[in-house]
Amino acid sequence: MKPFIRPLTVVCAAALLAACGGQPPKEAPEVPVEDRAAAEAADEAARVPGEEGAEARALPGQEGVQAYPMDEDPDSPLSKRVIYFDYDKSEVLDEYRPIVQAHANFLAANPRARVTLEGHTDERGSREYNVALGERRGEATRRLMLFMGAGDDQIETVSYGEERPVALGHEESAWEQNRRVEIIYQR
Amino acid sequence: MLMRTPIPLIFLLSAWLWSSTAQALLEIHITQGVEGGIPVAVVPFEWTGSGAAPAEDISRIVSDDLSRSGKFELKDPSDFLETPHHGSEVDFEKWRAIGVENLVVGRIKPNPSGGYLVQFQLFDIFKPGSLSPDQPTYRLKQLAGYNLPTTAQRLRDTAHFISDVIYEKLTGERGAFSTRIAYVTATRGEGGDERYSLQVSDYDGHNEFEVLGSPKPVMSPTWSPDGRQLAYVSFEQGRSAVYVQDLSTTTPRKMADFRGINGAPAWSPDGRQLALTLSRDDPGNTEIYVMEVATGNLRRITYNRAIDTEPAWSPDGRTLVFTSDRSGGPQLYRVPAQGGRAERLTFEGNYNARGTFSPDGKLLAMVHSSGNGFRVGVLDLENRSLRVLTEGPLDEAPTFAPNGSMILYATGHRQRGELAAVSVDGGVRARLRLQQGNVREPAWGPFLNQSKERQ
Repeated sequence: MKPFIRPLTVVCAAALLAACGGQPPKEAPEVPVEDRAAAEAADEAARVPGEEGAEARALPGQEGVQAYPMDEDPDSPLSKRVIYFDYDKSEVLDEYRPIVQAHANFLAANPRARVTLEGHTDERGSREYNVALGERRGEATRRLMLFMGAGDDQIETVSYGEERPVALGHEESAWEQNRRVEIIYQR
Repeated sequence: MLMRTPIPLIFLLSAWLWSSTAQALLEIHITQGVEGGIPVAVVPFEWTGSGAAPAEDISRIVSDDLSRSGKFELKDPSDFLETPHHGSEVDFEKWRAIGVENLVVGRIKPNPSGGYLVQFQLFDIFKPGSLSPDQPTYRLKQLAGYNLPTTAQRLRDTAHFISDVIYEKLTGERGAFSTRIAYVTATRGEGGDERYSLQVSDYDGHNEFEVLGSPKPVMSPTWSPDGRQLAYVSFEQGRSAVYVQDLSTTTPRKMADFRGINGAPAWSPDGRQLALTLSRDDPGNTEIYVMEVATGNLRRITYNRAIDTEPAWSPDGRTLVFTSDRSGGPQLYRVPAQGGRAERLTFEGNYNARGTFSPDGKLLAMVHSSGNGFRVGVLDLENRSLRVLTEGPLDEAPTFAPNGSMILYATGHRQRGELAAVSVDGGVRARLRLQQGNVREPAWGPFLNQSKERQ
């Protein structure tokens, strides 16, 4: 039983959930973005209707409040939310392991944080095969995060195959941007 | 053996392009083989009523149907020496003189009981024998003659019926002009948001009808064998689920909504089962399942750690073909529909996926790549030879006409997705142009009329 509501609950919860409710608390400062309570963060959280009330009432016995890292710190690997893959491959490339590691650490430090790993492919080949390939990419990323310490119940995967490209061209420069897994925190 | 089909653009039958501003146009590009086509003349039908003629030009629709099939050589109406509208008016010498072997005449008049009455006759201008080589004996033989009561809304259906009759009389095979196709369009709105739509139209793109519209991706439409239902994949709930929609209703029925992937539905030939791709038993790993439509009971078909997806039924219902990358890259495999050992079917090229059987079960069309683009290939299941029918570079989702004569597929064209058709011998191509949006994932529906039409 770990009640963890600070006096500044109203401000904190509205401003930045992670800053108030990281769990366990002693680990919270290690997460690079958690000590940021800038005004724009308040704005961002305020855009989510109803979130203040729901999250401020972290009841005794709960694991703490939901948390997700901020997007604004370009120096943090946590600000990188996309990793890329080789054609028709689902192995996480070495260059993206630090990003996966950072998010796995954050999840381990914030047991109530939840991510969805969205697998995507480029447009080449058949669509259902690409859905399966996108799923493998999401799953490969999920397994790596679990290995790195994230909890099984913190990660969901979904695959859109080639249905949701970020780059609309029909050449490698577009394709390489579309072969990806997006790490999306639930808010 | 890989036999690349030569694709010279011999000529473009632009004279037959529709001039109407209908929502979709099936352009005809005859690439080869038309010289061996059956010579046919379709005389423009006569309107004998008072007032304006019907909005649809039946003889033009029939001409387009026939030429698009690639099996006929349509004579140019400007060469006609007469314009009869009934058999009694035909002077066969005038048709023999311009090389016509088969003649279609007809007329349209108001039907006393409402709507229109379309009459048409198909004649063979033949010579039963000759007394001497200098004096062949020609005469007319009526191959078909119909009175067809119809309405303004059904004029196109009537025209396609006429095309079916002509096609069957002259080729001995059933025509597939009275059929529908389903496909998915994606249209980017002004705000950048994509809108996905599941559409059904006549095979030639006319009479488009939106079955489902959504801001979330829609995929993999497939027809029930009776043509009354569509199964498809929707991401409506943020993740994939398989739905079945009866086209006479507006309420989809959710068939598969398990954890992970729910995709690639394929109806069994008897309509009682759906083959599916699910990853419910092993996260991230897709396997083939068969679901009883009535009960929802599942039977798992494949057990492999690789990707297994895109099941397709053989016409006899005994076999499933599917895509698997168990050998390293995607290839097609065959497995008994009850489950069992899978046999690899494709060995040419580094990418063979989305197999689909021809209606006679002898051919397997697929998305094929040998490293230079994705094209439609056809595997002969008897001699295992692969023919590549299209040019690529981004062709996908082949689907056979129910008579097996043509394959419809999705292709990239000028940065847009479009539908195109190619004859199974590779000789004839048509392009289905819609006015907006990316068009993809065609599924050619079954014959609409249950029995073969015979006179």
